[in-house]
Amino acid sequence: MTGTTETTGTTRVGAPGGVGESPLRPDGILKVTGEFAYGSDLWMDDMLWGVTLRSPHPSARILKVDITEALRTAGVFAVLTHDDVPGQKHFGLEHQDQPVLAVDVVRYQGEPVALVAADHPETARQAAKKIVVDYEVLEPVVDARKALLPDAPQLHPHGNLVRHVRIRTGDPHPSAEVVVSGDYEVGMQDQAFLGPESGLAVPDGTGGVDLYVATQWLHVDQRQVCAALGLGPDRVRLRLAGVGGAFGGREDLSMHVHGCLLALHTGKPVKMVYNREESFFGHVHRHPASMHYEYGADRDGRLVYARATIHLDGGAYASSTPAVVGNAGTMGLGPYEIPNIHVDCYGAYTNNPPCGAMRGFGSVQTAFAVEAIMDKLAEAVGLDPVEIRVRNGFHEGSTAPTGQVIDSAAPVAELVQRLRAMPLPPDDGGELDLRRLPGGVANTTHGEGVRRGVGYAVAYKNVAFSEGFDDYSTARVRLAVVGHEPVVTVHTAAAEVGQGLVTVEQQICRTELEVERVVVAPKDTQVGSAGSSSASRQTYVTGGAVRAACQSVRRTVLARAAQRLGVDAATLRLAGDAVVDDLGAVAVTLADLLGTDEVEDTVEWRHRPTYPIDPETGQGNAHVQYAFAAHRAVVDVDVELGLVKVVELACTQDVGKAVNPSAVVGQIQGGSTQGMGLALMEEIQIVAGRITNPSFTDYLIPTILDTPPMPIEVLEYADPHAPYGLRGVGEAPTISSGPAVAAAIRAATGLDLRRVPIRPEDVTGTR
Amino acid sequence: MDFLSPTSLPDALAARAEHPGAVPIMGGTDVMVELNFDRHRPPALLDLTRVSELATWDRVGDEIRLGAGVTYSRVIAELAAELPGLALAARTVGSPQIRNRGTVGGNVGAASPAGDSHPALLAAHAEVELSSLTGVRRVPAAEFYTGPKRHAGRPDELVTAVWVPAATGPQQFSKIGTRNAMVIAVAALGLALHPEQRSVGTGIGSAGPTPLRARDAEELLAAELDWEGRADVPDPVAEEFGRLVAAAASPIDDVRGTAAYRRHALAVMARRCLAWAWAEAQGREGPRRGEG
Ligand SMILES: Cc1cc2nc3c(=O)[nH]c(=O)nc-3n(C[C@H](O)[C@H](O)[C@H](O)COP(=O)(O)OP(=O)(O)OC[C@H]3O[C@@H](n4cnc5c(N)ncnc54)[C@H](O)[C@@H]3O)c2cc1C
Repeated sequence: MTGTTETTGTTRVGAPGGVGESPLRPDGILKVTGEFAYGSDLWMDDMLWGVTLRSPHPSARILKVDITEALRTAGVFAVLTHDDVPGQKHFGLEHQDQPVLAVDVVRYQGEPVALVAADHPETARQAAKKIVVDYEVLEPVVDARKALLPDAPQLHPHGNLVRHVRIRTGDPHPSAEVVVSGDYEVGMQDQAFLGPESGLAVPDGTGGVDLYVATQWLHVDQRQVCAALGLGPDRVRLRLAGVGGAFGGREDLSMHVHGCLLALHTGKPVKMVYNREESFFGHVHRHPASMHYEYGADRDGRLVYARATIHLDGGAYASSTPAVVGNAGTMGLGPYEIPNIHVDCYGAYTNNPPCGAMRGFGSVQTAFAVEAIMDKLAEAVGLDPVEIRVRNGFHEGSTAPTGQVIDSAAPVAELVQRLRAMPLPPDDGGELDLRRLPGGVANTTHGEGVRRGVGYAVAYKNVAFSEGFDDYSTARVRLAVVGHEPVVTVHTAAAEVGQGLVTVEQQICRTELEVERVVVAPKDTQVGSAGSSSASRQTYVTGGAVRAACQSVRRTVLARAAQRLGVDAATLRLAGDAVVDDLGAVAVTLADLLGTDEVEDTVEWRHRPTYPIDPETGQGNAHVQYAFAAHRAVVDVDVELGLVKVVELACTQDVGKAVNPSAVVGQIQGGSTQGMGLALMEEIQIVAGRITNPSFTDYLIPTILDTPPMPIEVLEYADPHAPYGLRGVGEAPTISSGPAVAAAIRAATGLDLRRVPIRPEDVTGTR
Repeated sequence: MDFLSPTSLPDALAARAEHPGAVPIMGGTDVMVELNFDRHRPPALLDLTRVSELATWDRVGDEIRLGAGVTYSRVIAELAAELPGLALAARTVGSPQIRNRGTVGGNVGAASPAGDSHPALLAAHAEVELSSLTGVRRVPAAEFYTGPKRHAGRPDELVTAVWVPAATGPQQFSKIGTRNAMVIAVAALGLALHPEQRSVGTGIGSAGPTPLRARDAEELLAAELDWEGRADVPDPVAEEFGRLVAAAASPIDDVRGTAAYRRHALAVMARRCLAWAWAEAQGREGPRRGEG
């Protein structure tokens, strides 16, 4: 918030810090100085601590749970099992298939079985160990493809298939002059947010509860908590606690119901915080994928047909697997025009950890396959990786595999051409600096074995919710004069998870109402749903709602001024602390006009509707908007040791309108790094249904020394259907960066690497 | 849990004798992790950070006596010339915060097969100083590591120092991790050339139940290197050296890497470390110590 409020008589358009600028975040200083209160910092003097007893087995029958000894422990206030769940015993985002606490069976390692509340976390942990659970251990189902075979043990009453998406267009038996194919695999990535699951449930003394929780969508949580507790929404109020990252991992419930159950049972506030290890068991992960792709093209490299079979491992419960399958199915062929299409995309139940939402949502996995296939095709027809994408890439007016015509910018060709035009980083001669070499200061090479490679990849991703979902957000905006100064308060339930939505809300209010001081009210369920902070949608959808609410407030204020002054409202506008006429002269100050009144409105805002896809052909206008990004990766690979240094990761992305340019660049840098992490190192390793690396010691995410310089070009081709012309930003760069890195490693090594993360073993043939 | 905090070495040794169940804690970068993960519930902690005698190093004749409480940051800043192998290893440990806090003594006390000091200490022919109320003794590093996270110290003893001959020849250290910083070794190698003894020291990390020496590889090199004339190392010798280093390891498949990769990587690192060390011996190139 730089600059000062302009006073009477000026003709400034919008207050400083509006749309298109990069004002300071309201929570920025607190965060960088370590004073911001995250969910794990919540505290009440008389609170209890809740802990969760989890299943050690990926698949077992529960024969008996004995809580006697645990309950006897001094300091323990409650020990609860599924018998104590008063409402519905199962919850879930799309299918209510996941027990609040295990009922008779456990389907994954880490499934919650019982809860303990005690006056000290250590007491609670020790008491949990005294709960005796008799398990009959079963053979886990750990392979998504095998889970769908007829003889596989059925993990749920309705079978092991969560969803099957089919896309069928054109000739069912196409042929082509050039055919390329391959099998690809993507390991299980974790969101690895730094603030573990946390919350505080406070009973209100009359049978209701207030829940303070770090989450992504307060209202979908509220709905599920209410169902489990058997209470109405007036009795279960949620307030957003400080969120330390989300990336999809907080879309599902974690401690929400558990904390409320313990609080209502004991009549005391109950805090629950997962530690790092528990966090790996406490949220869903990115679906691992195995994919078979075959693309046919003519000799010029123009695509003729595509066939793909995609298996996504959904793990033990559905979570958002149906929607992930929808994305992987409908967008799994990449941003390319293809006349004849045959896609089968399956999501299956297994006894692996549940998988659900993660940044890039179904598109990350398929992009690894598509982009590798496109490179193969380029090689087969003698084109370079940029040219093959230029030749086949979507443009405005292209038809997507769903039959949907893309009705705003789709600049695939320009994105890759701009990347190619960027200068390449120099080959490192000169003074040896280990930090620039594969292996870093661990001193594994001084240049021996190092080969450079360059790779390109493109991504597209639907923005907001698809397939006919009623996707809306609610905003309440209030204008008042406080101490002669106009102040806007904006109230939404949209979760700030680190992305900077609170800043965007302020910016929109400043632009629409010409008022600099904007207060962001705490995020809670006292206002209507904002939908989820996911699917790159909040700036679009909640931004749209805030803008609409501002416009409504502005109309009311101007109408009032017009009435007072006896002029036409169309001749008036807001400017700072006054209403001005069409010459910019003060007509009436807001202090005069409003006095102690407030003008407030609440608006529910929707993007244009989407539609379900046909179950047999996958045809339908399923998506509201697409985001496009492309990457060029330059890597140095030590081909003898299989170690990789990403030298540079350049990105071009069309964002429609950069509402907050520095936040846009931040999203691109972060997303690019997260995608690179999946290509190089990030994988939850699972053996027989058990996670073998549930810690940051062995689940590796890139450090700053792994993170290369990132030249970024942001394009702004306005989408005429979206507020300010903007496009969702957060996910697209996560999708193309990993495939670009993988392509660069293939180029450096000459190896046909088909699985990510690419491990040193894969490069050196020692797996 | 009791917290014992002696302020002198005699008090520390007395506390050690009196409370054999108390876990010594120096930088705490291993101990606190164990406590947080609830792998360990010791009755007491024996805090050694106030024992100033432990946090110093001295040159005694041809040796460096490195107090157990000297941090990695200080090894890098103060001992890069005398203990180049250990300084290179120290540079690869964790993050700046861990290097400011973590100590070589703690690494030795933890005796993890993945500890980064060990290959450098083995290669340099270091000895571990163990002290108790009944006396002080020195155990060669090669005899100190007795099993995974086990060592030759008795319950009444503390590690008070490591004695490392000041380098008289080139030393190298190389470590594989699957990211470029802040990573536990998948495999590591230390190499030291001792020109006046015409001997070679090696140390292997993360590729066996304990840190290991590759004795056959050492003997091969000691015999084959042209100590006098400093002629180039013939390729077959370098190859064989790598092969023998790999053969000395007994790695397993685990979450960080496969046994096959570990052996392969050790052979590559051995050849490269030899090339860098010998180039330095030939006066062609200075040792590389990393930057910053
Ligand atoms: C984030 C992180 C990254 C790490 N990265 C690395 C790495 O890259 N490489 C690596 O090798 N290690 C790494 N470590 C492990 C650790 O930092 C090192 O082992 C370090 O050297 C331990 O030193 P300390 O002083 O902190 O030991 P402490 O934790 O205080 O003690 C370690 C062990 O030694 C015992 N001990 C301590 N002092 C004495 C003594 N005087 N006599 C007898 N026993 C004693 C303790 O009881 C304990 O068992 C990492 C740790 C963390 C948390």
